[in-house]
Amino acid sequence: MFGFGILSGLLVLPLVGAAIILCLRGDGEAVRSNVRWVALATTVVTFLLSLVAWGRFDPATPAFQLVESHRWLTDAIRFKLGVDGFSMPFILLTTFLMPFAILASWESIEHRLKEYMVAFLVLETTMIGVFGALDLVLFYLFFEAGLIPMFLIIGIWGGKRRIYASFKFFLYTLLGSVLMLLAIMAMWFTIGTTDIPTLLAEAPRKLGANLQYWLWLAFFASFAVKMPMWPVHTWLPDAHVEAPTAGSVILAAILLKMGGYGFIRVSLPMFPEASAEFAPLVFSLSVVAIVYTSLVALMQEDMKKLIAYSSVAHMGFVTMGIFSMNAQGIQGAMFTMISHGLVSGALFLCVGVIYDRMHTREIAAYGGLVNRMPLYAVAFLIFTMANVGLPGTSAFVGEFLSLLGGFRANPWVAFFATLGVILSAAYALWLYRRVVYGELTKPALQGIRDLTGREIAILAPLVILVIYYGVHPGPILDAFAASTDNLLKGTQAALATVKTAAVSAP
Amino acid sequence: MNPALTPYVFGPALPEIILAGGVLILVLFGALRGERSTEAVTGGALALLALALVVVLTLPSGRTLALNGSFIVDAFARFMKVLTLIGAAAGIILSGDYFRRERIDRFEFPILVLLSTIGMMMVISSNDLIALYLGLELLSLSSYVIAAFHRDDVRSTEAGLKYFVLGALSSGMLLYGASLIYGFTGTVSFPAIATSLIGPVGIGLTFGLVFVAAGIAFKISAVPFHMWTPDVYEGAPTPVTAFFAAAPKMAAMGMAVRVFMDAFPGILDQWQQIIVFISIASMALGSFAAIGQRNIKRLMAYSSIANVGYALIGLAAGTEEGVRGVAVYMAIYLAMTLGTFACILALRRGDVMFETVEDLSGIARTHPVLAFCFAAMMFSLAGIPPLAGFFAKFYVFAAAIEAGLVTLAVIGVVTSVIGAYYYLRIVKVMYFDEPRGAFDPMPGGVKAVLAAASVVVILFGLVPGPLVSAASAAARSLF
Repeated sequence: MFGFGILSGLLVLPLVGAAIILCLRGDGEAVRSNVRWVALATTVVTFLLSLVAWGRFDPATPAFQLVESHRWLTDAIRFKLGVDGFSMPFILLTTFLMPFAILASWESIEHRLKEYMVAFLVLETTMIGVFGALDLVLFYLFFEAGLIPMFLIIGIWGGKRRIYASFKFFLYTLLGSVLMLLAIMAMWFTIGTTDIPTLLAEAPRKLGANLQYWLWLAFFASFAVKMPMWPVHTWLPDAHVEAPTAGSVILAAILLKMGGYGFIRVSLPMFPEASAEFAPLVFSLSVVAIVYTSLVALMQEDMKKLIAYSSVAHMGFVTMGIFSMNAQGIQGAMFTMISHGLVSGALFLCVGVIYDRMHTREIAAYGGLVNRMPLYAVAFLIFTMANVGLPGTSAFVGEFLSLLGGFRANPWVAFFATLGVILSAAYALWLYRRVVYGELTKPALQGIRDLTGREIAILAPLVILVIYYGVHPGPILDAFAASTDNLLKGTQAALATVKTAAVSAP
Repeated sequence: MNPALTPYVFGPALPEIILAGGVLILVLFGALRGERSTEAVTGGALALLALALVVVLTLPSGRTLALNGSFIVDAFARFMKVLTLIGAAAGIILSGDYFRRERIDRFEFPILVLLSTIGMMMVISSNDLIALYLGLELLSLSSYVIAAFHRDDVRSTEAGLKYFVLGALSSGMLLYGASLIYGFTGTVSFPAIATSLIGPVGIGLTFGLVFVAAGIAFKISAVPFHMWTPDVYEGAPTPVTAFFAAAPKMAAMGMAVRVFMDAFPGILDQWQQIIVFISIASMALGSFAAIGQRNIKRLMAYSSIANVGYALIGLAAGTEEGVRGVAVYMAIYLAMTLGTFACILALRRGDVMFETVEDLSGIARTHPVLAFCFAAMMFSLAGIPPLAGFFAKFYVFAAAIEAGLVTLAVIGVVTSVIGAYYYLRIVKVMYFDEPRGAFDPMPGGVKAVLAAASVVVILFGLVPGPLVSAASAAARSLF
């Protein structure tokens, strides 16, 4: 329609839902119920539309598909959308998880429900935009725009220290990304375009080594904060602890993946020399992240904080995999990100389930839940095992491939990273033991009820997917296999040219 | 053909002549009818501004000179004049209800605004130092009076007096600089100065340049000549502050671009360092000093200082892209500042105007639409996409990067993050804090200005084309 394709539709749909919600007047229970159902319907329709997009997507080719392009800021800076094997899975992950986020907020949000749902729907648009943008300025626009709804979500519906957490989240990520903006401008003037496909083809050749280093660092500043990598991860635990359940789910499952996606989309293919040069730095930071944050996670008293630190550790596997610059590493990183999206989202949902009942996230306030909540104990167990990376769950595939890639790049990195796997088992199982096992002695817990129908409906699909992709990872791996090959071919060609040039130089 | 001999000798200056003639009629009308004429004079003034706007838009394209070459109309002048006229009209619209309630609704106000607007348009179109100074004095003298318009209010008269004393000083500096430049080049005409200034210049001329720069910096309220801004912004009646933040700022920025690009293009390396310094100092001071402010008008004064710093980044680049950045920046800043002041004017309960940040507590619940628009203005001023303020910053930073001023751009983005803190604080107060009671409904004029500004700020990202191409044409006309 009017030259707009299915991806524009994905961007517009949540906004339409938000507009409908804004038009609903009043504050009665009937209106609240309408708001919920409109939000849910919007996210479900968006998911269905993204499935249509997936149906039209051909994973066998690395080319960008479903491309649409409109004149925007200048002739060079266009409103261009498209997907390839790296972005399509993230768009599906986003649209898939959004209905769960809405369902998780069904009863727990008591005030200002309308604004809440609007904020989430706008956030969905910006997330889809980040993954669907084929122009760096457009990418940046969505990357930053997502800060506004998330700032409001943490600040309005968050916990006790919500204001501190929301400011920290906003300013930290903003400071990281403004440098990226300058780098985008520099690329615009050096190459004459911000079109991502063109840049992928031309950037490695046209950018000198020195310029590449600076640009890589500027992008790194942004993606590392978003990822988040040690030592710029400190905003994440605060944001997670204070955000409402659905906010944490989206934050962990999707917003963090923007950093990894950025590395794969921009840093690696556009600045291959710089990526190879800085790989040791990334490896060191990844290993520190994996080992150090796992140790920190062990000592947490707050369940959400523990899961937040475990997210930082898992993102360490992702960065290690990406910068190992081989097929296993990149596929492992991609798979870890998708799987972590499901698992960490599910873990936050699990915390949300008991938080809604007890209104505390203190680990010490729980214990022996298995006696009264057997269904919950099963679901939580499966996600805990997935968080550990047990074979048979989706996380194992991703971690194994990342470690394999890391081993091929540098065995020592893989050695230290493997320590993280052991530590993750320690903190995850210990958390599970303290919360679920033991005697149910706390008086407050005596009347706690097991999962409701709505909660089962939320957790069951995630349980199924985590196990299904654990034993049958093929569908996800195939989605980005061709794109990975293409990416590696490009970077290796660029690196080979540099080497030949170095050898032939007198 | 000698332009003085053509029948259209005043053609290019037609908008100014319409305004000047109209002002005289309005003064007569007001003097004869007395205080009862305020509404008619206000309506007449708005009609004149609208007529002038239409005439500016229909002026023949290209570059025309008039008045023996001391008056120039090109795409850049037309662009800045449109902004100025919009700013002046918005200032008058915003003042209506406020002045009535404060019982200072005298017919002189629209007339003074018109006179000041004529001065601004003269400044924008000046092509020699004398025309520049004449326009500037007309602009400034009217502004001093407007600042003290609430003459029974101590803060307002103090603001007027401060503005006058410091403004007179800066005019003196500008004039001193202009005379030095005249002395060392032998001409006052910008093109003639430009042709005589190729290659190395003497110390005397550099002195003249510095003094002119100081005078200009005062008018655009850039550091280190910004001291008057917070006091005048806080003391003047709020609609007058809105007018000051909108119209004269456009004219002064247009003047800065005109002087440096038309008269001194050959000695870019001489003035670039001055502009870079002023820009960095303004951004830094504007961002840091605003953090501690509790009065919103004062906060907006520091915000305007910071914004001038960002706009100057484009001028510092000294390129066509830079001027385009300045033009886009000022246009978007006009919408943002008018929108913000419209929001501030909506904070009234009975006879009390609220001016501190805390008074905004929880208005997201009592006035959701106002809070939404205010938040959009704040995020836009902080430069967060997809709001218009992002694109404004985008164009100036892009120009700086292209011109190789990477350090300036990096300092710029870092201060913009610091600045984001105090804009966020306002959003926080509005959205996160508990409400304190409702305000009166917004007057119609304020509502109209806020609606127009919000539409521009929120939807600019969807259709950036028209403004950007107009700004590009404006920039091209200077090179």
